[in-house]
Amino acid sequence: MVSKSIEIKSQSSEMEKVCREILGEAVSSGFSEDDVFAIHLALEEAFINAVKHGNKDDLNKKISIDYIISDDKFEITVSDEGEGFHPDVVPDPRSDENICKSSGRGLLLIRSYMDKVEYSEKGNAILMVKNKTKGNL
Amino acid sequence: MDEASPKISVEYFDNATVVFLSEENILRERDITAIESSVMPLIEKTDGVNLIINFRNVKFLTSSALGLLIRISKKAYENNGKMLLCTISPKIYQIFEITRLDKVFSIYDTQAQALESVE
Repeated sequence: MVSKSIEIKSQSSEMEKVCREILGEAVSSGFSEDDVFAIHLALEEAFINAVKHGNKDDLNKKISIDYIISDDKFEITVSDEGEGFHPDVVPDPRSDENICKSSGRGLLLIRSYMDKVEYSEKGNAILMVKNKTKGNL
Repeated sequence: MDEASPKISVEYFDNATVVFLSEENILRERDITAIESSVMPLIEKTDGVNLIINFRNVKFLTSSALGLLIRISKKAYENNGKMLLCTISPKIYQIFEITRLDKVFSIYDTQAQALESVE
């Protein structure tokens, strides 16, 4: 089992190394190519949301990433220092009025690719879980 | 990744301009900005351009890249042209399906089919 906590600056360039490390551990732990694709996408989207919407592009703020890789699942929490949000008020980007907007699809992708998604009460942390696909050990 | 590396290459046909995305991963803000600043002049300088974006090299993208495509598509339309997409891998195509953008964009299996559609 792998369990780690990482704190990084709230900027895009900080994410590359962390992402490589986390995804490398997912591969080493036997997650399939499709599982790793899903984890990568969810992680990137959660990070973008934390930087832009959570920390409002404030470079002095931090983002915390906590993850646990066990035999059958990958759990990761991305937390920012923002005010938080209520996920239910995020508009559906697939609706006719939003389909041509250039943003707002991150949460939809996270929910679509991960098996479980939960938010902290304040709304500034997102827990994402991916179950390991069977038969890819 | 070298920030100075080319993000796109361009090939010109009689009825269309084909843009090849050079990067396997399109996710960082700097990638998006670099592609946008290279592609927009192609549709702004000439009226009625049929812009085909070829995804043959792309293995991963985020919602930021989808936003970029929306902006390019709108700009092409404003300038009496259109944007078409081709050669999208199944994994990437699934992202378009989930977001319903497969219903918004004109997507073709091959570049030849995309070119044929604008003849």
